[in-house]
Amino acid sequence: MDLGPHGPFIITAYLIAALVVTALVIWVIADHLAQKRALADLERRGITRRSVEPRPSQIKEPA
Amino acid sequence: MALIDLANPTRFIALVERVLPWLIGATLIAFAFGLREAYLAPDDYQQGATVKIMFIHVPNAWLCMFVWGVMSAAALGTLVWRHPLADVAAKCAAPIGAAFTFLALVTGSLWGRPMWGTYWVWDARLTSVLVLFIMYLALIALWRTVDDPTRAGRAAAVLTLVGAVNLPIIKFSVDWWNTLHQPASVFRVGGPTLDRSMLIPLVVMALAFTLLFIALHLAAMRNEIMRRRVRTLMLTQAERT
Repeated sequence: MDLGPHGPFIITAYLIAALVVTALVIWVIADHLAQKRALADLERRGITRRSVEPRPSQIKEPA
Repeated sequence: MALIDLANPTRFIALVERVLPWLIGATLIAFAFGLREAYLAPDDYQQGATVKIMFIHVPNAWLCMFVWGVMSAAALGTLVWRHPLADVAAKCAAPIGAAFTFLALVTGSLWGRPMWGTYWVWDARLTSVLVLFIMYLALIALWRTVDDPTRAGRAAAVLTLVGAVNLPIIKFSVDWWNTLHQPASVFRVGGPTLDRSMLIPLVVMALAFTLLFIALHLAAMRNEIMRRRVRTLMLTQAERT
């Protein structure tokens, strides 16, 4: 494909667009994984949405 | 599912989980078809192959205004109806809109250099889009400055509605002022001036970028709802200890 004398401008424009779109997709996926991790961590500590009371199974018995 | 059900964040997340795979598929298909059509589109008789930049520049230029329009509707939802997801929608649209505006500016510059002989001129269209980009950055900064999402949401909603004044200025700047930028060639009285061989790839690429925006926006809204849940749980836990 012959892009003519202005080929570098066309290629740069498409490359930058691809980079920015990729960055947006990575941002959304990384953020989703981070929030999932944070919620799972809270759940593991017994802090849930319905109740902030730890579940009986998650209360540690005193030694 | 009634529209009012979407006010419930849990139901909204369930809907996003169902819809998102289809949206991603449709976006990929639209991009594949649009890029193929853009590749096959003929060169312009004056601009040569540089006209191919139009297929990414114009969709991004349309979307940078469309996204602010979405944010303005969400701002009304925050201020008038106090819809619980309105400020979530507005907050999540801002970075995506900023990215589209950045792309409109950069690809426009790269198109302008070979066609106009310069990357930039301080004319009405370019300057008003630059102002839009700065307003996007200001909104993102505002969201990051205020800790409480409800307070930040109201302040951002006011700023968004004030900024909406810029939209008609961008749209009609090429008619109101003398500018290097060409006037509208698609959305105009009398129909598009573009030939079908260029109009079809342009419309398909615009559809692809719009689907991309919807997919990214819904996914970012789901993330924001989760972030707010984490914040609420941590605050409640901190109050109890």
